[in-house]
Amino acid sequence: MLPALGVLFDGVAYGMLLFLMSVGLSVTLGMMNFVNLAHCSFAMLGGYVTVTLMNAAGWPFLATLPAAFVGGAVASIALERVFFRRFYNSNELNQCLLTIGIVFVSIAAAAYLYGTDQQPMQLPPYLRGSFNVAGVDLAVYRLFLIVVAALITVVLMVTLESTRFGAQVRAAVNNQRMARGLGIDVDRLFAFTFALGGGLAGLGGGLALPMLGLDPSFALTYLIYVLIVVAVGGLGSIAGSLAAAMLLGVADMAGKYYVPALGSVLIYLVMLVMIMWRPTGLFGRR
Amino acid sequence: MTSETLAAAAPAAPAGPHEFLHAQARWRWSEIAFWLATLLPFVLTPDYLVLASQVAITALFALSLDLILGFSGIVSLGHAAYFGVGAYTAGLISVWGWGEPLTGLVAAGIAAGIVGYVTSFVIARFRHLALIMITLGFCLLLQEAANDANWLTGGFNGLQGVHTWKLLGAFDWDLYGYTAYAYALAGLFVIFLVARRIIHSPFGLALRGIRENGARMPAIGAPILSHIRTIYTIAAIIAGVAGAMLTQTTETVSLEALGFQRSADVLVMLIVGGTGRLYGGLIGAAVYMVARDQFSGLNPQYWYFWIGLLLIAIVMFLPNGILGGLELLARRLKVRP
Repeated sequence: MLPALGVLFDGVAYGMLLFLMSVGLSVTLGMMNFVNLAHCSFAMLGGYVTVTLMNAAGWPFLATLPAAFVGGAVASIALERVFFRRFYNSNELNQCLLTIGIVFVSIAAAAYLYGTDQQPMQLPPYLRGSFNVAGVDLAVYRLFLIVVAALITVVLMVTLESTRFGAQVRAAVNNQRMARGLGIDVDRLFAFTFALGGGLAGLGGGLALPMLGLDPSFALTYLIYVLIVVAVGGLGSIAGSLAAAMLLGVADMAGKYYVPALGSVLIYLVMLVMIMWRPTGLFGRR
Repeated sequence: MTSETLAAAAPAAPAGPHEFLHAQARWRWSEIAFWLATLLPFVLTPDYLVLASQVAITALFALSLDLILGFSGIVSLGHAAYFGVGAYTAGLISVWGWGEPLTGLVAAGIAAGIVGYVTSFVIARFRHLALIMITLGFCLLLQEAANDANWLTGGFNGLQGVHTWKLLGAFDWDLYGYTAYAYALAGLFVIFLVARRIIHSPFGLALRGIRENGARMPAIGAPILSHIRTIYTIAAIIAGVAGAMLTQTTETVSLEALGFQRSADVLVMLIVGGTGRLYGGLIGAAVYMVARDQFSGLNPQYWYFWIGLLLIAIVMFLPNGILGGLELLARRLKVRP
C-alpha cells in the first residue's frame, strides 16, 4: 500500500512534466494540423538555457525557468515565421520531413556546443532532499514540480475557457475555416499559440533537468513520449493531454517499479490499448 | 497530383482499363538506364561496394514502405518491426546451424509475413494519427521485447555467431563486398519486378483508389479492408527479406534493426525520393545513405547537422521529393522545346 503512494506521487510528477512538454504540440496540431516533430527540440533548448544560465552566469535555478520559457517561445516563433508557415497547406509527410530536419540540426548544434555528455546541475538546497508523509519519503523537487505544473494548468484552463483569446483558440481548433470566416486572424492567433506552446515546452525542459537529465538525444527520446501523450489525449484538448500525461506517467513509474524486467513495455501497451479503444484520443473529436 | 501523374504517364488517352494498365506498365528508357546504372559501382567505385550493398538493401526496405505508404496511403512509423523480424529470423536460423542464404531469405519472408498478416487486421481499421501511433507503438513494443528476450536475441549486445554459407554454394562473401552487392542488387531487382507487377495490376489501381478516397472505394465494390491487409502483408514480407539480407551480408543483428530510428530513417528516405513512384524509395535510399556516408566522413560527430539541412532544403525546394522535382523539370522541358 505505502510504496504505491510513492509510485503514484512520482508518476504524477513525471506526468506533469510530460504534460508541459506536450500540451503546446497538442493545441497546434489540433488547430493547424501541423505535425511539428521538432517540438521536443524547444524543450531541449529550454533545458540548455537553464543549464547555461545556472552554471556559466550563476543565476539561481528559479530565475532560469522564465528564461527557459522565453527561449522556447522565441525559438518556436522564429521557426514558425521562417519555415512552418509555408507548410500549413502542405501534406503531412512534408511537414514531418521539415521538422525532422530541424530536429537533426538541433541535435547536432547541441552536441557541437555542449558535447554529448549529460549536463551537470545542482539544485538549490531548498529543493533538495525529501519529506516524509505517512512513512513514505517524497522528494521535495517532485512536489515543487507538481505544484508548478498544476498552477500552469489552471492558468491555461482559465485562459482557454474564459478569455477572448481562449475563445478564439477554441473556435480555430474546432473549425478553422469557419473561424476565419468570422474574422478571426487565425494566422496571428496561431503564431501566439505556437509561441506559448514552445515556451511551455522550454519550461518543461528546464524543469525536467533534475529528473530526466539532458543530453542532445533528448529531442528524439522524449519526442516519442510527447507523441504518445498527444495521440492518447486527443488533438487540441488540454484536459485530454493532462489526463493522458498522468496516465502514462503513472503507468511508466508503476511498470518500472513493480515489473522492472518489462522495462518500457507497459507504457507502450497502455498506449496501444488506449488508441485502439479511442482512436481520436480521450477527449478528441477528430 | 495523381491525376496529373497518371495523365503524364499515358499521354495518348487509352481506350479501356486494360489498355490503360498496359500503357503504364510499359518499360521506359529511363528505367532501363536506371538499372544499368546500378551496375556501375562494380566498375567505377569498387571501394564502396559494401556501402552499395547496404544501399540496395535499404532501397528494398524503402520500396516495401512505398507499397503501403506511397500507393495505399498507410502512413507507418513502425515499419522497421518487419525488417527486424526478418533480420532476427535469418540470424537465428544461422546461429542454429543453417546458414544457407536463399532459404534464409524465404524463412525470414515467411516469418515477417506472418507477423505482418496478424498485425494487418488492426492496421486496416485505423487512419491518421492513430495509425501512425499504433505502428510506432508496435515497433517500440517489439524492440523492448527483443531487448528483454536476452536468451534468444542476445538483447542489447546483439545476436552473436551469425555465419552465412557461400552463396549458391560457390561464391564466398569477400571483404570488398562484390558478392554482397551482387546478392543485394539481384534481390532488389527481382522483388522490384514483383512490386512493379503488383502496382500495374488492377489490384494496384484499387490501392491507389483507396489512397485517394477510402470512403468511395467500397461504393464501387472494392473490399478495402482485405486489400489493405493483402498489401500490408506483402510489404511486411519484403521488409523481412530486406532485413534478412542485412543480417546475411553483415553477419550481425542488433536491436537497431527494429528500432524507431530505422523506421524514421526509411520514412525520411522515401519522402526524400518521392512517394508513390516505385523508384522514389530507391533514389531516396541512395541519396540519403551516400550523403550520410560522405557527411560522416567529413565530420564524424556532427554529420546530423548536414543531413538535417539537406532534408530542410529538399522539402523547401522539392516538395514532391527528388523524383517529383525531376518530373516537373521533364514536363517543363517538354512544354518549352
